[in-house]
Amino acid sequence: MISPSQTGWEAVIGLEVHAQLLTRSKMFCSCRADYLGLPANSNTCPVCLGLPGALPVINEEGVRLTIRTALALECEIPEFTKFDRKNYFYPDLPKGYQISQYDLPLSLRGRLDFQVEGRSVRAGITRVHLEEDTGTLHHAGEIQTSAFSLVDLNRAGVPLMEIVGEPDLRSPAEARAYLATLRQLLVYIGVNDGNMEEGSLRCDANISLRPIGTEPLGVKVEVKNMNSFRSVQRALEYELERQTEVLEQGGRLVQETRGWSELEQRTVSQRSKEVAQEYRYFPEPDLPPLLISRARVEEVRADLPELPAARRERFQSQYQLTEEQARLLTDRPADSRYFEDVVAAGVSPLLAANWQLGDLQGLCNAANLEVANCRIDPGSLAGLLRMVENREVTAKVAKEVLARGFETGESPAEMVRSQGLGQLSDADEIAGWVDQVLTEQAQAAADYLAGNERALGRLVGTVMGKSKGRANPVIVNQLLRERLSRPGG
Amino acid sequence: MSLLEEPIRELGRRLREREISAVELAQAALARIEAVDPAVGAFLRVTPELAMEAAVAADRTLATDPGGAAALCGIPVAYKDLICTKGVETTAASRILEGFVPPYSATVVERLAALGAVPLGKLNCDEFAMGSSNENSAYQITRNPWDLERVPGGSSGGSAAAVAARLACATLGSDTGGSIRLPASFTGVVGVKPTYGRVSRYGLIAFASSLDQIGPLTKTVEDAALVMTAISGRDPRDSTSVEAPLDGFLEDLHRGVEGLRLGVPREYLEVGIEPGVRKVFDQAVSSLERMGAVVEEVSLPSTEFALSAYYVIAPAEVSSNLARMDGVRFGPGFAGAKNLREAYETARHQGFGEEVRRRIILGAYALSSGYYDAYYLRAQQVRTLVARDFEQAFAKVDAIVSPTAPTAAFRLGERTADPLAMYGTDVLTLPANLAGISGISVPAGFAAGLPVGLQVLGPYLGESICFRIAHSVETESRLWQQLPPVAGLAG
Repeated sequence: MISPSQTGWEAVIGLEVHAQLLTRSKMFCSCRADYLGLPANSNTCPVCLGLPGALPVINEEGVRLTIRTALALECEIPEFTKFDRKNYFYPDLPKGYQISQYDLPLSLRGRLDFQVEGRSVRAGITRVHLEEDTGTLHHAGEIQTSAFSLVDLNRAGVPLMEIVGEPDLRSPAEARAYLATLRQLLVYIGVNDGNMEEGSLRCDANISLRPIGTEPLGVKVEVKNMNSFRSVQRALEYELERQTEVLEQGGRLVQETRGWSELEQRTVSQRSKEVAQEYRYFPEPDLPPLLISRARVEEVRADLPELPAARRERFQSQYQLTEEQARLLTDRPADSRYFEDVVAAGVSPLLAANWQLGDLQGLCNAANLEVANCRIDPGSLAGLLRMVENREVTAKVAKEVLARGFETGESPAEMVRSQGLGQLSDADEIAGWVDQVLTEQAQAAADYLAGNERALGRLVGTVMGKSKGRANPVIVNQLLRERLSRPGG
Repeated sequence: MSLLEEPIRELGRRLREREISAVELAQAALARIEAVDPAVGAFLRVTPELAMEAAVAADRTLATDPGGAAALCGIPVAYKDLICTKGVETTAASRILEGFVPPYSATVVERLAALGAVPLGKLNCDEFAMGSSNENSAYQITRNPWDLERVPGGSSGGSAAAVAARLACATLGSDTGGSIRLPASFTGVVGVKPTYGRVSRYGLIAFASSLDQIGPLTKTVEDAALVMTAISGRDPRDSTSVEAPLDGFLEDLHRGVEGLRLGVPREYLEVGIEPGVRKVFDQAVSSLERMGAVVEEVSLPSTEFALSAYYVIAPAEVSSNLARMDGVRFGPGFAGAKNLREAYETARHQGFGEEVRRRIILGAYALSSGYYDAYYLRAQQVRTLVARDFEQAFAKVDAIVSPTAPTAAFRLGERTADPLAMYGTDVLTLPANLAGISGISVPAGFAAGLPVGLQVLGPYLGESICFRIAHSVETESRLWQQLPPVAGLAG
């Protein structure tokens, strides 16, 4: 296949991200917003079933979380907003219309900064608006061959935020990074759980090509069905190649919706969009318009937590961490909280970072756990690290008790104390092992005396082994050098 | 005199003093329905078991705490079939909702039930309230108790006919463009179109959400005020309902009209009012003047555009509101459909009647891109002008009076072939829906033996002034004591 940059084409990509809000109840009724795992159609009421006569009532928390998101994306929040009806027929849409927002959304004109391949990129956010999710359909195998469609309305009416991005992205890698950064932001501010596999975060992409250096946009293709960062990047790469080929061969692209097939690793045409969809939008007469007071906006703004980018910078300057460490520690809010708790308990930031990102993260990865959820809480890691700093325990023993505590839930520091694993600095006791080793390893001692420095390491290692790792290595070293500098010793 | 011929307050007194029981009253109502309704066709469904159950409970309340019993305790009522009743089939007089048994009750039904009202059943109407004659019901014709060859008006024709034939003490209807006031006028009963937001719409199957209001149909104005007191008020389940004090509904009834300024809209008398109707109206105005009201002419200049605006806005909302009737959960289904589109087409073509389909198509067209600005947006602008007309008029007068409709009840079948003639029936009533203000129709006289109503329009939340004026008219005429010939069937 032909790569676009070689042929002088430029990709123009914009993402539409749908995020379910972490409210307790649905957007317009009091059914649970957390619908996963419930028996089909059990999480429903006259309102979300769309029964004749039922009326929607706005969930204030849904509005608040949308404003919160919009502010985190530096959007403007107009004072006047309203809900509209988007009319279309589909069996997962019980009312025959979706309550959404059309011409006067909750927010407009924001931006998202992100890093890709070492560059900083800024993409515009067109709008963030609020709507309701649809139900789900279940089929026997593929929809095309199934003899039936089963409708489950447990999800119908769950608050759904749509974040429409400007077509500012220029490569699949940028699209992926944009999405990853957006996801991190949503999780950070607690509005969404970031779960793309289960569909609480969904992404559609619009992609077109144009000759590099030109302004007008090409024919746009909408790509759906991507449920991971990887599939977003792969789907867009595929589209980029496909569209480039069509254009290179003098063909014409059609405006259409294509679905990403994970199985076949390609996009498949779903429906033509040459004729614009007719949604017959009009203001939702069952809901009065919303007036968003400036005071309310400021209240939500004041409640915003530190955002990922700001925290990353602070971690570097406040704790003298490397950019890599700061990035890893701020990736998830729970991780940064963990780190700051360890530091607050009196551990030097560098040591805390090394241990959290090193040993502890390694243990967690192996056990498929998150640091914040493992059995070593920040207090117990701090207790152990303080012993390391005070040379009350060797790093080797500390690693072992950490691993054991990770399994059993025991406090590592307590293990050190109760099992006598603390570091030994008693020169007489250590001298005993040193003398023993010098006798047993006469050849190594001779090698050292003959000028082989590395032989000393072997001797130190053996002494440490005899002490079960507890001997203070500085003293071991010192004693060995003393003994070996004495002729005949 | 039959129990059902007495006003609610009198029945309430007799119930509390245990002269009669709620069970006796319910039995009387059910007996009358059995005797009279075959000729009228007001009820789609009678619910004797529910009625008796409620009556027994009401009697318990009346026996243990007669002083604390509500004014409507033990009073037989019935609901337009557009209002959801838990466990009782609710069809909106449409095939597509045949067999739909709501798992919940409308707020108004809950409120009346909580007060001890006795539910007799569900009343016929035009399909999804679209019509002015009740001839659009998918199930049956309802006849005008004053002349069985004539329509009762619509769309709440069953609700009006039931009260006119004294089959229930009060019924609830819904008014989107005149659907309570028009049949009230045609059948000689009182009908209230409350201020938009005064009464919860929760559980009212939507026709046009921004225009619909539930209201009572009763024999007397006081009865209407009693029911309004019971059903009004903010409902957290209806975001368009408003919190407003009910003061004056009953207290102001007897204050008369001395010194009140009443406006007669010039434009309303230019729509081709039938001479007999005009005569009744002129007499009512003279009578109000004699009672001390000051009557003057006012102008509502946007009136000529109101009908057109209404027939854009209402169908637009219809096209969306009725989309949920897609055959998946309600209706005759779509056996034999080869794909989704065909399934929808089959279910909706078979499920909806002609007038409903006509309005869905009108509304979908008006909302389509490219036409939205010319139709829907333009109609909303007219709506604003209509509301402004009323505001300006109410700066000068306390209330507006007019005939409720240009004609008295017309013959069955007379207008079914001509939708535009049918739409014109609502020309004097629908501006109040566009403006969201309060209104009432009260019997004012007869033209060629047919009842003619006077419409009183009050400002936003101005129900009490409407009641007060209507009550004066009623007190003067005592028309409510006259019974339609069909009442004789009760024996």
